[in-house]
Amino acid sequence: MGRVWSLFHKFASPKWFYEISGKLLPWFVAMTGLVLCTGVVWGLAYAPPDYQQGNAFRIMYIHVPASILAESSYMMMALAGAVGLIWKIKLADLALKTAAPLGASLTFLSIATGAIWGKPIWGTWWVWDARLTSMLVLLFLFVGVIALRSAMENKEAAGKACAILALVGLVNIPIIKMSVEWWFTLHQPSSFKLTEKPAMPPEMWIPLLIMVVGYYSAFATAWMMRIRVEILEQENRTQWVRDRVRTA
Amino acid sequence: MSFDSFSAFLAMGGHGLYVWSAYAVTLVVFAFNAIKPVLMHKRFLQQHKQLQRRELARENTAQ
Repeated sequence: MGRVWSLFHKFASPKWFYEISGKLLPWFVAMTGLVLCTGVVWGLAYAPPDYQQGNAFRIMYIHVPASILAESSYMMMALAGAVGLIWKIKLADLALKTAAPLGASLTFLSIATGAIWGKPIWGTWWVWDARLTSMLVLLFLFVGVIALRSAMENKEAAGKACAILALVGLVNIPIIKMSVEWWFTLHQPSSFKLTEKPAMPPEMWIPLLIMVVGYYSAFATAWMMRIRVEILEQENRTQWVRDRVRTA
Repeated sequence: MSFDSFSAFLAMGGHGLYVWSAYAVTLVVFAFNAIKPVLMHKRFLQQHKQLQRRELARENTAQ
């Protein structure tokens, strides 16, 4: 148990995290580029057109991963909030702080690409149904977490308030998940389920899977880039950051 | 390839405007998320380099 704790604390050390993420970052950038390019080319040019939607279904390759990542980043943000509240780890608060704008951008992307997809297929940009409305609530939660932090002077209190808001907002996640099953909606059910075979042929869902991996990788990359700057800001009085600034 | 020609690829069976604008929005969001932290890092270095220079100058005049 002692070993686990020391590992935990090492991982929570900003300097250690800064160094290890610096080593990982180039690999993540390369992987993100490679995976996203493969997925986009495959999805846009090689996947067969949908028998009902024609080529408009190709929006799926950017819309579905954006929606998955929007939810995942919210869960990660709430988890960081919980870790920060329980163990009072400063790095967890930075993890929450940096996940919020990325999550907001992905939720916006999910809604925007969904609207563009909805127009030719449903005949409308927007409907006030459960799925779309709960995604809009998700966007407001991200924006709320960002706004709450900037509205509070005391950094420590702001971190706590953001963590609590993130945790309370977690109720929205199962609502998003179940919204297509509980209520009548225009939105189609999940493209992927862990327990069932996809309804699509493999040449359609393999590029989608690649795109989901690419989006996760892109999120990890962008998040590391952001948290590294936040670590420098937070630790700007320490010797190692001063040395870094001097030699940069 | 699921398209016969490049113009068919661009047209996306009449849905080109929707498909390409959705991909364009995505590209903009990804570019923003990539560039923003780079700019933040640059600004941090600028500010703190200046701070260190000022500190050094103050120490020198104090001596």
